[in-house]
Amino acid sequence: MSGTAHHHDNDFLFKYIFSTDHKMIAKQFFITGSLMGLVGMLMSLIFRLQLGYPGESFPILESFMGNWAPDGVLTADKYLALVTLHGTIMVFFLLTAGLSGTFSNLLIPLQLGARDMASGFMNMLSYWIFFISCCIMMASLFVEGGPASGGWTIYPPLSALPEAIPGSGMGMTLWLISMALFIVSQLLAGINYIVTVLNLRTKGMTMTRMPLTIWAFLVTAILGLISFPVLLAAALLLIMDRSFGTSFYLSDIYIAGKALEVDGGSPILYEHLFWFLGHPEVYIILLPALGITSEIVATSSRKPIFGYRAMIGSILAIGFISFLVWGHHMFVTGMNPFLGAVFTFTTLLVAIPSAVKVFNYLTTLWKGNIIYTPGMLFAIGLVSTFITGGLTGIILGDSALDINVHDTYFVVGHFHIVMGLSGTFGMIAGIYHWFPKMYGRMMNKGLGYAHFWLTIIGAYGVFFPMHFLGLAGVPRRYYANTEFPMFDNMYDINELITLFAILAVAAQGLFIFNVFYSMYKGPKAPQNPWRSNTLEWTTPVEHIHGNWPGEIPEVHRWPYDYSKPGADDDFIPQTVPLAEGEKDEGH
Amino acid sequence: MLNLLILIAVVLGIIALSKVVKVLEQASTVKGVQPYEVTERDNKTQANLMPVFLVLYFAFIVWQLVAWGDFMLPEAASEHGVVVDGLMNTTWIIIIPVFVITHILLFYFAWKYVYNKDRKAEYFPHNNKLEILWTAIPALVLLILILYGLSIWNETMKPLTAEDDPVEIEIYARQFDWTARYPGEDGKFGKADVKLIGGVNSLGMDSTDQNSWDDKLVKAEFVIPVNRPVQFYFRSQDVIHSAYMPHFRAQMNCVPGMVTRFNFVPTKTTEEMRDITGDPEFYYQLLCNKICGAAHYNMGMEITVVSEEDYEEWLAEQKVFMTVEGNTSAANETTTETEEEKNEQLSSL
Ligand code: HEM
Ligand SMILES: [Cu+2]
Ligand SMILES: [Cu+2]
Repeated sequence: MSGTAHHHDNDFLFKYIFSTDHKMIAKQFFITGSLMGLVGMLMSLIFRLQLGYPGESFPILESFMGNWAPDGVLTADKYLALVTLHGTIMVFFLLTAGLSGTFSNLLIPLQLGARDMASGFMNMLSYWIFFISCCIMMASLFVEGGPASGGWTIYPPLSALPEAIPGSGMGMTLWLISMALFIVSQLLAGINYIVTVLNLRTKGMTMTRMPLTIWAFLVTAILGLISFPVLLAAALLLIMDRSFGTSFYLSDIYIAGKALEVDGGSPILYEHLFWFLGHPEVYIILLPALGITSEIVATSSRKPIFGYRAMIGSILAIGFISFLVWGHHMFVTGMNPFLGAVFTFTTLLVAIPSAVKVFNYLTTLWKGNIIYTPGMLFAIGLVSTFITGGLTGIILGDSALDINVHDTYFVVGHFHIVMGLSGTFGMIAGIYHWFPKMYGRMMNKGLGYAHFWLTIIGAYGVFFPMHFLGLAGVPRRYYANTEFPMFDNMYDINELITLFAILAVAAQGLFIFNVFYSMYKGPKAPQNPWRSNTLEWTTPVEHIHGNWPGEIPEVHRWPYDYSKPGADDDFIPQTVPLAEGEKDEGH
Repeated sequence: MLNLLILIAVVLGIIALSKVVKVLEQASTVKGVQPYEVTERDNKTQANLMPVFLVLYFAFIVWQLVAWGDFMLPEAASEHGVVVDGLMNTTWIIIIPVFVITHILLFYFAWKYVYNKDRKAEYFPHNNKLEILWTAIPALVLLILILYGLSIWNETMKPLTAEDDPVEIEIYARQFDWTARYPGEDGKFGKADVKLIGGVNSLGMDSTDQNSWDDKLVKAEFVIPVNRPVQFYFRSQDVIHSAYMPHFRAQMNCVPGMVTRFNFVPTKTTEEMRDITGDPEFYYQLLCNKICGAAHYNMGMEITVVSEEDYEEWLAEQKVFMTVEGNTSAANETTTETEEEKNEQLSSL
């Protein structure tokens, strides 16, 4: 157990399945989350086919989706089912559990100098509850009526009434159960991350000597801990409304030929509860990605991250403000215009710490000495997507402008770029960077380069044109844009987007191949392949329980002493004591 | 069969890729370099691709603007719409330079500061002046945007008063169509209740409320007069819908159990808009913009804007919904028609 450095010969079951070792759990989260992500991505390809070629027959769809696509044409309600699961999977399963689960688990103990998480058992429990939650979500694809189809935001009454859409039957019940378990899993994980960061730092690892990755994971965990319970409450009330005849969210409804016995509830209540999680959720995705980027940009530029303290400050500011802005998703729900004004104000405030982060990344690159690892390419890609997507947020956050673009493709373009692309770029960058730590082997760089360029071209090709659709008034969650003459000249745009989507998805094949090939056949990793300062690279390449064979190293400096004047090497690991008279930036 | 072929192609592709990767990795090992080490040539190539990508990215954006710029909403057709578009343009004027400059810097630095083993990166961990500067500048710019935006928001959302002499219309949503209700001579909408929905009475109008006796319902298309404020009330029967009228820069959710509002002043008749767009078939469109079920994507209604006189004439032609005053109204009939029959009856009324 922790404290001893001996490798226990656990039997297979406890080493690979019910492991309490944070490194193994990180890998489990990575594989499970990515598989879910793969499913989510393929779903987007299917519904993109329908949008690019509305009503056209793709017999191959029928061959594996059966009556979801009679004659090879996806049906309208199953289109919505796929969109819903795509959104749910990408946001929660890939970029929340997959991203934080992989990197918080892997890096918190390793970068802080801890033998393991504070509670290995809770950590294991968190993974297995997540796993069950994944299974239930996938199972919902096969039930009568299909999976949840009300959009990933599952607003009632649509999500509460099976009469409203077939997916709101059994599929919705499973969605809610799956998400309830998911939340439990996230809470178990989050508590663990926070306790570990606060209590298990090695000697000398003060808060201001922690790598920015850890700061990001810490704030992310706090956000999750505060906001996920609110979603759980919202989901429980929805379960009550659906199954036990309450009407928290329902009132004055006539559907399927009869007036329902519901009174006094409000769907708007649900929206408030949902977005109280939903907005911080965006930062639960973004902050880890930004933390990873900070680490990689500094390492690959051989230069300290610029404005370390400002970066911490902006993470904290973003985290705090993200709780005060949820109403920007509800400007046109009929909320009091004064409240709308308050939310506009708080929303646009978030742009300030975000801008600080961007300027600090740019300054870090300035006069750097950049080594182009595949991870670095994705980190630079993230800075680009974060800028592009962040700027359109200024339009959506402005209530007066949002009236017209709310719920259009402008929004779809915006959040995919700022959250979807930044989140996935951060995650992929992290995998390229820490793969040697995870699997003891190196990934192929040539494939990595090709992967990056094809991905960023495909991704911008998919999501940039969506802004134009949105400005032209095309609503999101439309099965086809064929019904209104005002969209008649948009066929080309939709087709182009679909072609780029095929490219972007195909490019991920290179990544998947690279991961699995390198896992088994990649060249053995050296101990510190990127010549990095942080503690994880002082552990042996082979995974052992307790991480360090001997004493846990002591930390003497901040993590960003790259190219420090006077030093021979262009990096000074955190374990190297300060020279006489040397100043430590972290302190 | 096709599936099988695809499967085989994928498997063969994977095998081929493995072989290629293996050969390349061996080749680099022979040269004495670890295959994962980033070589000088790699750095050069990747660094050179940076400006290439930037140019491509900008060119793609410009191409989109040229190719699709016209599809973007035609001129705003409402009073506040013009003002909102002004705010939109101002915002673009701020955003675009920031976008262009930061991207140029990002990709320029990425190209310029590529690894050179004879050079050391500059140790530049922080600079308080710079950091304060680039916290303060965005803060200032955003403050201006916030104030400008909120003044427009408050103006747009301001309720109308009787002095504005608005046309009042109720927009009623259900899966998957819209009904517009005009209050009639008395200027008052009759009460309605979902419990009264049935037969042709799809809005659940209360026949015991005198105010409802002269209310008029229209489907498929509704008409509003130009240059006069229109006060909309939105209701929904089943799930949340959203009444989205992009040409008027107007949108409001229709929430069961609630009445929501929005008002605007249309400034261009449909005819005028046909001239402007050069499209003789042009129609203002009301779209549903909140996911509401399978047919969400074709839940629409046309809007016609005409002169005040034409509007009065049109409204006079519309029949009141309750054919006989008092008890014998449609609301009390218990019928079991199908949806289609219901719609037919309604339009024939
Ligand atoms: C190849 C990659 C992807 C493609 C082609 C794609 C495409 C799309 C499209 C076209 C929609 C809108 C569908 C509609 O409104 O009718 C959508 C929805 C969505 N996507 Fe993606 N997407 C991709 C990746 C991602 C990623 C990485 C995320 C992670 C955040 C994501 C999150 C979402 C969410 C949250 C929605 C909203 C679902 C809803 O409306 O309920 N997507 N996607
Ligand atoms: Cu938000
Ligand atoms: Cu609708």
